[in-house]
Amino acid sequence: MTVHSEADRHRIDVLLQDQEERITRRWIDIAVANAGGHAARGALTERLREIYPALQRALAKDGENGELRRLLAELSRGQARQGFTPSETVVLVLGIKEAVYEVIEAEEDSETLRGYHWFCKFVDDLGLFTFETFAAARERIITDQAEQLLELSTPVVKLWDGILAVPLVGTLDSARTQVVMEKLLQALVETGSEHAVIDITGVPAVDTQVAQHLLKTVVAARLMGAECVVSGIRPQTAQTIVTLGIDFGDIVTKASLAEALAYALRRSGVQISEGSGKRVVVGVERA
Amino acid sequence: MTDTFEVPIDSDSDVVVVRQHVRSHALQAKLSLVDQTKVVTAASELARNTLVYGGGGRLVIEAISNGVRRGLRLSFIDEGPGIGDVEQALTDGWSTGGGLGLGLSGSRRLMDEFDLESAPGRGTRVTVVKWVR
Ligand SMILES: Nc1ncnc2c1ncn2[C@@H]1O[C@H](COP(=O)(O)OP(=O)(O)OP(=O)(O)O)[C@@H](O)[C@H]1O
Ligand SMILES: [Mg+2]
Repeated sequence: MTVHSEADRHRIDVLLQDQEERITRRWIDIAVANAGGHAARGALTERLREIYPALQRALAKDGENGELRRLLAELSRGQARQGFTPSETVVLVLGIKEAVYEVIEAEEDSETLRGYHWFCKFVDDLGLFTFETFAAARERIITDQAEQLLELSTPVVKLWDGILAVPLVGTLDSARTQVVMEKLLQALVETGSEHAVIDITGVPAVDTQVAQHLLKTVVAARLMGAECVVSGIRPQTAQTIVTLGIDFGDIVTKASLAEALAYALRRSGVQISEGSGKRVVVGVERA
Repeated sequence: MTDTFEVPIDSDSDVVVVRQHVRSHALQAKLSLVDQTKVVTAASELARNTLVYGGGGRLVIEAISNGVRRGLRLSFIDEGPGIGDVEQALTDGWSTGGGLGLGLSGSRRLMDEFDLESAPGRGTRVTVVKWVR
């Protein structure tokens, strides 16, 4: 039985080798025809011509198909990014069955047919794999888009004349934190503000990366003659920061945004006093 | 009995996904709010190391029990260059990447158990545990 199937497989290997050009060409034609009108032939041709030899090697090595999977994953990601549907993507891979069938059609020996049957199962597995990576890629794109949206919506607001605030919300990854911090520095220059409040109430985890961005921003702002206050450090965050070993040095921190604003106002020479009836009275000392 | 969950770590957005999964598992394990924050922060550090220095890898999350207590075990696994001098890597302030150098040492303090297995050329595996108090 195993001897049998060895021979069957070998038949397909040889076929793929001998008829390489013919099969690849047909495969590309079939793929382009099946993949919806908006498929770019050039790009597809390049991809499939890359996949073909990897497929041959995987068949020869029987299952050892890391490289093939990598190429298929790349293909799925590309398709997902370009807005193709899952089935438009999977048919690309399955198309090779048809291409190979056209070549063996004329042959009648049972070895080739059994070999083809086995080959079809192999390709079906690849199709399934492609479908799975496609789905994962789609999901990734959606999260990325959601994140980008968040990034765009991070505002630098003017709290008072000369006092800016930037509320950080959500999980901060390196790229987003950088954008936020750059925006803040730029706004400091543009408005000539001397105070900034960075509010991290909405940040669930302050790790070394976030801390480093904060520290760098504070230093950069200082070089520009502005002073930053970090507000909204929650109790659990404070404990974590201390355990982690991060030293905020002489950076002023306040529990809430309101306290930070009050501090910044005081520093910029605005006096706040709580009058009767809980009204906040603000008087400017400097002209 | 363990309950296992795996997350790939191949990009910056995967680190975000790691934090989200670890948070929800920490919540499910009924860790206190402070411990949840500590675990998520440590996970964030270790996942970024896996990505930046290990060239990508994966996280395995397990709900564990030692008969007396329940806990959460996180294993960060990569097949990157490994760490030559583990002692040094665990020193506060030591960084080869221009970081604060607090990721590894800080995570060790944030968690109840910390185990680092690594050899040059053979990748790195950091396993940490937080027990439910
Ligand atoms: N998975 C890993 N593979 C290889 N080297 C690692 C790995 N994790 C950590 N290291 C090495 O250990 C050093 C210390 O790591 P640690 O996380 O403590 O600091 P960092 O990442 O450099 O900075 P920070 O985490 O504070 O931003 C790193 O600079 C790196 O050289
Ligand atoms: Mg680190």
